[in-house]
Amino acid sequence: MASNSSDRQRVAQHRLRIITGHLQRPADGDADIQAAECKAQETKPNVASSEGRTMPRRRQEIMKWNGWGYSDSKFLYNKKGQAEFTGKRYKLSGLIIPALKDWMEGTFGASLQHKTPATPILNTSAVQPPTLNEAFVDEIKSTGIPFSHDPEDRVFRAHGHCLHEIFALREGKIGRVPDMVIWPSCHNDVVKIVELACKHNVCLIPFGGGTSVSSALECPPEETRTIVSLDTSQMNRILWIDEKNLTAHVEAGIIGQDLERLLNESGYCTGHEPDSMEFSSLGGWVATRASGMKKNIYGNIEDLVVHVKMVTPRGVIEKGCQGPRMSTGPDIHHFIMGSEGTLGVVTEVTMKIRPIPEYQKYGSVVFPNFEQGVACLREVARQRCAPASIRLMDNEQFQFGHALKPQVSSIFTSFLDGLKKFYITKFKGFDSNRLCVATLLFEGDREKVLQHEKQVYDIAAKFGGLAAGEDNGQRGYMLTFVIAYLRDLGMDYYVIGESFETSVPWDRVLDICRNVKARIVRECKDKGVQFPPLSTCRVTQTYDAGACVYFYFAFNYRGLSDPVHVYEQVEHAAREEILANGGSLSHHHGVGKLRKEWMRETVSDVGLGMIKSVKDYVDPNNIFGNRNLL
Amino acid sequence: MASKAVYLHRDPMLKKRDDFEDILEERRRSSDLRYALRCYTPLLYKGLTPFRADELKTMVLQSDQLQYVINQVSKQTSVTADEVEAEAAAILEEMAHHLQISTIRFFAFVLSKVFKTLFRSVCVNEEGVQRLQQAIQEHPVVLLPSHRSYMDFLLMSYILYTYDLPLPVIAAGMDFMGMKIVGEMLRMSGAFFIRRSFGGDKLYWAVFSEYVRVMVKIGFAPVEFFLEGTRSRTAKSLTPKLGLLNIVMEPFLKGELFDVSLVPVSISYERVLEEVLYARELLGVPKPKESTSGLFKARKVLSEDYGSIHVYFGQPVSVRSLAEGRVNRSQFNLMPRHIPRKPGEEVQSFVNDSAYRLVRAQEENMVLKPWVLLAVLLLQDQAAGDGRGTSLDELTERAVWLRDLCRQFGAFLHWPDHMIPSQVVSSSLSLHRGLVRISEGRVQLALDQAGAEARRPLGAATPEEELLNRAVIVLSCASYRNQALHVFIRPALLASAIQTASSNQKQDVYNSFSFLRNMFSNEFILSPGAAVQDFEEACYLLVKSGALQINQQEVLVTETGQKTLTFLTSSLDPFLQGYQMVCRFLCEEASEGLTEKRFVPAIRKFIVQHLLTGRLRHAEVLSSDLQKNALAALLRLGAVRKLRGRGEEQLEVNKVMVNSLEDTLGGNLPTQKAVVARL
Repeated sequence: MASNSSDRQRVAQHRLRIITGHLQRPADGDADIQAAECKAQETKPNVASSEGRTMPRRRQEIMKWNGWGYSDSKFLYNKKGQAEFTGKRYKLSGLIIPALKDWMEGTFGASLQHKTPATPILNTSAVQPPTLNEAFVDEIKSTGIPFSHDPEDRVFRAHGHCLHEIFALREGKIGRVPDMVIWPSCHNDVVKIVELACKHNVCLIPFGGGTSVSSALECPPEETRTIVSLDTSQMNRILWIDEKNLTAHVEAGIIGQDLERLLNESGYCTGHEPDSMEFSSLGGWVATRASGMKKNIYGNIEDLVVHVKMVTPRGVIEKGCQGPRMSTGPDIHHFIMGSEGTLGVVTEVTMKIRPIPEYQKYGSVVFPNFEQGVACLREVARQRCAPASIRLMDNEQFQFGHALKPQVSSIFTSFLDGLKKFYITKFKGFDSNRLCVATLLFEGDREKVLQHEKQVYDIAAKFGGLAAGEDNGQRGYMLTFVIAYLRDLGMDYYVIGESFETSVPWDRVLDICRNVKARIVRECKDKGVQFPPLSTCRVTQTYDAGACVYFYFAFNYRGLSDPVHVYEQVEHAAREEILANGGSLSHHHGVGKLRKEWMRETVSDVGLGMIKSVKDYVDPNNIFGNRNLL
Repeated sequence: MASKAVYLHRDPMLKKRDDFEDILEERRRSSDLRYALRCYTPLLYKGLTPFRADELKTMVLQSDQLQYVINQVSKQTSVTADEVEAEAAAILEEMAHHLQISTIRFFAFVLSKVFKTLFRSVCVNEEGVQRLQQAIQEHPVVLLPSHRSYMDFLLMSYILYTYDLPLPVIAAGMDFMGMKIVGEMLRMSGAFFIRRSFGGDKLYWAVFSEYVRVMVKIGFAPVEFFLEGTRSRTAKSLTPKLGLLNIVMEPFLKGELFDVSLVPVSISYERVLEEVLYARELLGVPKPKESTSGLFKARKVLSEDYGSIHVYFGQPVSVRSLAEGRVNRSQFNLMPRHIPRKPGEEVQSFVNDSAYRLVRAQEENMVLKPWVLLAVLLLQDQAAGDGRGTSLDELTERAVWLRDLCRQFGAFLHWPDHMIPSQVVSSSLSLHRGLVRISEGRVQLALDQAGAEARRPLGAATPEEELLNRAVIVLSCASYRNQALHVFIRPALLASAIQTASSNQKQDVYNSFSFLRNMFSNEFILSPGAAVQDFEEACYLLVKSGALQINQQEVLVTETGQKTLTFLTSSLDPFLQGYQMVCRFLCEEASEGLTEKRFVPAIRKFIVQHLLTGRLRHAEVLSSDLQKNALAALLRLGAVRKLRGRGEEQLEVNKVMVNSLEDTLGGNLPTQKAVVARL
């Protein structure tokens, strides 16, 4: 309990700091300078002002330094032993989740008695003092671009959200971190920084939202030069909106939720909604080939991008026009997209925008088993009538979703739930240990949505699917935002886990799901994990020729001396299984350093050579030295 | 520490084996009828979706694989797809099993009666059965029994029924189909029938392979087949056939199953029902066509005592762990999996190695009876023969010595330790009294007796007939000796290598060893490419038994070791002589236009002459099995080539090479590096 109250104190302090931060910002000297400098470049007044941006320079003011998301939002067990979600930001915030405890105990063998609390406060003395290239620092100072050597700032930018990264932070272990953090506020700032970095041979690692799950942000331990983390978060303006062509020109540091909110103000949206959109940045999406939940309508990032500007050690790369498609040799955008910060920094992007859809409708379908569900998704893809989003969860995930149902307020709702359950399992004969559920999201004008909905439900009926209501669907999507918070709760109670994804041809979807899940279970057993793991998957995207499959994997590590190592071995084995079953190395998480050992077999020797030769030409001195990909 | 660990797992003395339970004991005590009608509720594969046998057929016919081939065949032959499909359906109809519990119950009843009359006991390792039960629930299971008798698959189903395990579906040769009623009965007890040869018939292969694959994939029932392809007439394990193993492994390799369990089963008979039949077959009396009436005539076998049967269910082998690090499964990623493709080199060599491993696993768990050791000794005596036989005491003493050696080599020997050795010997001899003659306390093979019996109806027999009659006894006896050969083969090859090597330098001995091993790899189960491991294993066993000392450079025979080495070389002697005879025949007698078909009769005549003139002592060289194996080895080594001409393929003999191989085998020519290199 003592730790609990000190947590609260900390939260309170944070809030104070945020408020003071907001109050102080306009008066910040650095900000004045940068604003002055960048204005010269702006021909039009900003569409949106810099007010109301989510991400401050000192991220730790609002975000956890050793876990996911906002500091004020987290799962915890209250005094009554009930799970609740704190804060006010989410729909689930402030609610009790009664079934979570039983689910955690039942699934993992976890118990409230066995706690593994995290180190509450960053011990700054554990952070290595920065090794600074003085000449570089001096010249940066003269440009007036803000920078910092503060240990907290540096630690925050030394990691993404891989399990091993967060686990180490919770234990207070700090490895190699950037020696300084720098905040450019426009394209020209970046040009200057990159020039100086080349001149003084320092290593630059671009940092967008920090949501990487591929070890892409980890500082290479063998790097002896000064490492500078180039935080793009202050390059967050929409520079113009072109309503004739439905495009917007945006600085690449803007994070998803700000971009969407600001465009909404003008009646538009991008429709690009990766699960991490609250925190991940436009530049990050481009650099990792991100994919959004609603890609069926809006496309993935490669479909959305019209023009990209990237600053490299060789200079700035961009196309000379905004033509919607070109036959001009290999598309240079494809050197940029997926380059994962190894070639340069994406500074500005022109992307497609759409009017905000008139009508949105959630939905869900229950299938008797996973096989039927996959067959239905395949048919939907064959008829090319996929809704904005369609996801199929397996039975384990369906049960997990159930465990996250908040306490119902009325007896009537709970009665209704009971009736539904009775209808499905008893009347329709679905086995509650085999059934699975698909969640749907439709968008468009009202009439078309309803028509579309009917079409999809008709197909589902052919595969034994039963419509299971809007609530279930909506909750499914809401959960994708809070699920990342749940890992932190697990880690408080000896449970570690993570998700990983792949894309795979249709005929292999069932095989890959079965084999990878079984491989995880077998590997856990072989590696001495004492409790059966959670090994579950969902089909999250459909394509003409295949699907994207997402795996969740977690286990209770009590009794293991080196849980992270075991975790990594199992994840490694699971990835091998994916590749052996015809899955891709990654659908949208990227390669980073975590998966680069498989790049050769993924793209062939020649392919790897091509990527390498581009790197050698663009960045011969490895200024962008995060060592991802290659 | 590390090297110790390496030796530890190889130490045959430490091999753990389960105990046996006699399942007939219960049968002798309680009603067979009640047993046949009892409640049968096996635990099934956890991933199983239940299908009826006819639904299975539809599934096979509609599978992507088969549809693809049907369309392909239809395009190539310009017959409509529907007609080809009808043809496929007919093939399937001819092939498919029709597993029915009622037939099983019938067999359970009849077999209980038959087994109780024929055998003293049917012993099963129950721990193995439990492991199998576990495996069946986890993953689709493939049962791989050894094949020595027609009884094998009835026996397997009988045992699985007894232990309440799911009944297997069994790949059987088409020849059974000749027996009308029995054929159908077998079909209803789970047998499905495959044509013996269907070389180029694409459609047949597609139907057959898809049928097996589907059953494995859905876990319909354990699939059972014989790795050796056919019954071994010699009681030596046959080199494995790979077709079916390839098929059952494919669903794993292509990712359609998480894993498949392969369970080697070793069935050892104290006396095989077909004993004399096999010997005659090997000598060139053609095997009688299977017919119901033939089976009926065979009922006289019912009056004899066939001792006991031991069935050992080995450790289930996971295909996944076999393939770990051996096969890159992503090779199947770039083509739709239903398009048939010849397995690549990597897969072929993997399947081949796995097959050898499994056959060795079968061998290792074969139970050896004391009589097997006596057969080894009696055959050696006969060949060295003064015709007077061996005194019982001496035989007993040598049998005990051999027992100890066998145990050191890790044999699974069932020697009743509670009995005094002389009793063990005499009771073994009495069970096989058809093969031995004891007079005045001296034992030898009953060669004359056999002759006398045969002479009766015909009056005076020709010397050739007499010889053949003697050979029947020798080959029958050899079929028991052969059961123990897998225990000795590696040390015996080493012993012979030491004898023929030009020096006792380790390298020279290894060269000789490797030459012999290569020569005999169609004869014995010697995994291809494992020469070094085999050499090390042989060295290890002989050093451990005190017969050899091996240092960095040299291989030295100890004083006491001479006896062991002499024993080992003479157990290999019939094979060495036999292969030399084959070589000599090919050099001296092979004429233009010799075909594979005419090879066996021709060489038989050649060998008969040698035996009659006394230039050759080993009558077992007359075994067509040995002759065919020798020819196969020579073909493999390139000393003989098949020439495609008009009509049948002709054999072209490279006389220089065959000659030099013969000399090397005889130890007249040192194994030169050149020869080895050429091999």
